[in-house]
Amino acid sequence: MSIIVKNLSKQFGNFKALDNVSLEVPSGSLLALLGPSGSGKTTLLRIIAGLENADSGQVQYENEDVTQQSPKDREVGFVFQHYALFRHMTVFENVAFGMRVRHRPKSEINERVHELLHLVRLEGLHQRYPSQLSGGQRQRVALARALAVKPRMLLLDEPFGALDAKVRQELRQWLRQLHDEIHLTTVFVTHDQEEAFEVADRVVVMNKGHIEQSGTPQEVFDHPATPFVMDFLGNVNVFHGRVENGMAMMGALNIAYPDYPHAESRNATAYVRPHELDIEHAPFGTSSLEARVMQVNPAGSVAKVRVFSEEFGLALNVDLNLERYAELQLKPGDLVYVAARRVRVFMPPAADYAI
Amino acid sequence: MHSIPKHLPTAKVAATSRSRSAQEDPWWVRWTLISLSVLVLIVLVILPVANVFYHAFSNGFGAYWKNLTGDPATLHAIQLTLFVVPIAVFANVIFGVAAAWAITRFRFPGRTILTTIIDLPFAISPVVAGLMFVLLFGARGYFGPWLQQHDIKILNAWPAIVLATTFVTLPFVARELIPVMEAIGSEEEIAAISLGANGWQTFWRVTIPNIKWGLLYGVILCNARAMGEFGAVYVVCGRIIGKTETMPIRVNTLFEGGTAASYASSFAVASLLTMLALVTLFIKIALEHKTQADLKEAAEIQQTE
Repeated sequence: MSIIVKNLSKQFGNFKALDNVSLEVPSGSLLALLGPSGSGKTTLLRIIAGLENADSGQVQYENEDVTQQSPKDREVGFVFQHYALFRHMTVFENVAFGMRVRHRPKSEINERVHELLHLVRLEGLHQRYPSQLSGGQRQRVALARALAVKPRMLLLDEPFGALDAKVRQELRQWLRQLHDEIHLTTVFVTHDQEEAFEVADRVVVMNKGHIEQSGTPQEVFDHPATPFVMDFLGNVNVFHGRVENGMAMMGALNIAYPDYPHAESRNATAYVRPHELDIEHAPFGTSSLEARVMQVNPAGSVAKVRVFSEEFGLALNVDLNLERYAELQLKPGDLVYVAARRVRVFMPPAADYAI
Repeated sequence: MHSIPKHLPTAKVAATSRSRSAQEDPWWVRWTLISLSVLVLIVLVILPVANVFYHAFSNGFGAYWKNLTGDPATLHAIQLTLFVVPIAVFANVIFGVAAAWAITRFRFPGRTILTTIIDLPFAISPVVAGLMFVLLFGARGYFGPWLQQHDIKILNAWPAIVLATTFVTLPFVARELIPVMEAIGSEEEIAAISLGANGWQTFWRVTIPNIKWGLLYGVILCNARAMGEFGAVYVVCGRIIGKTETMPIRVNTLFEGGTAASYASSFAVASLLTMLALVTLFIKIALEHKTQADLKEAAEIQQTE
């Protein structure tokens, strides 16, 4: 079942949580709402579920307008960030709750609960209480509980936010597998870009109540539409400079920028990811930046090198693969030259740059 | 006497023997304070309570039983109390749950004022509370003439006793529930609604099981206070012997009777009230443990978040 959101706005006091947001979630897809806290992603999810009312706008499930429907009638499975399990009920009763309030026959409830506990790999724990479970187990009970009523879609609010790194990793992969098995339209909220990219088919990046960009993880990562997306999706080095005549000039770094062929010079900002920078001991290429090595940290899958350019008073983060790092033999204090393999230039809107 | 219930988790002072000299006061300060507290407790609490039982049972159990059951007026007072108190407690449960729900689950203008008003009956003298009802329902009160015309009797009858008792005990249940419901939060209720439960199902299946110990605790305290209420009831009940006397009023009447027999009866009824207080105390300790466990669990769940 697809979800269509049209022109949603929501205000809390003076705070604009959502500002005219429109979005379509294709049927059977797994979509991540990604953004920092306060970006409106959870509010959007809660409005889709009917747990919050929008000030204006519309929510549709397929062709059905559900804007005025209560959460009870929307038949949505919702998984809360902090699980919200019923603390005085056993795992069995938690999962059975949705069916109990719908007065389903006992035999059906029994069968369905065991089927779901099998699905979330919690067989044998049906007599436990939530307080006797680990965080990961609680989250799986919450998921089973949401799925028990055969919802039309599954909505998850920061589902792995409260778990430690290892359990989180496992549950992510498991959620992806589960989705491939049951093909339920799923939307989940996260502030962790890695999580969004690993699990989702589509990623929607949100900031300050509006959508910055949406697309497949690959599209969003490779072609960030705005400086915000660029900045939010991992570490970046930021250069301030000018563009003119098809060139971007960021201090000593001159990079071809055919998108701006005009002669008039404009301020611009260039973003370079750490792995898109390269280091040599001698000047190389048409433009490279002189810098001094401050720190090297080869622990991990890449070597993280921090260099400082005295000329521009700029510290840069460079990620080198381990072979390259071994080749260069970098030590703190070394004089090196840095060049960018790839940059993304964003020009501020015309009104802003006239100083 | 009643006390304002306080069972929120409090910080425990770690008493380690090694750091005793650094952290604790000199021995004479400790012993003076301890002796003083024990002395005050003995003189003001233990001796008087023991004395009530001593006087009540001084002529043996047979005489005690006869004092309680032999006098129709005393029996009626016990019956009236047993009739009035459940009504007052029931009214308090309804009000308390509704008020706690409103205060902890909604944000509305006047919310803080409502929280303060709930405590008002604690601050107002029970006699004044009684007088308020006289001013409302008395012959010269606002509703008095209308009530008289329609032949409805409130003052000097059980309805006034119920009203006065309810007023005086109003804060108990609500004050118990507000911190419990605040700590538990509304997430489980929202989850229930998202799973298709209606408001009624959510209330009975999720809210009530979560607050049951706190609610019971409030009911116990409310019950004890309602049974013992004297001042407000004294003003509104008219003190008609065998008709509108509750147990505490009966104790007073018998005590003022002046004869040795009425004196003994007075202590017999008083001992009954005291026993109730002791039972309440034990249930209170047991429940305190339960509600504290609930609050602790709520705090733990919040911590893991």
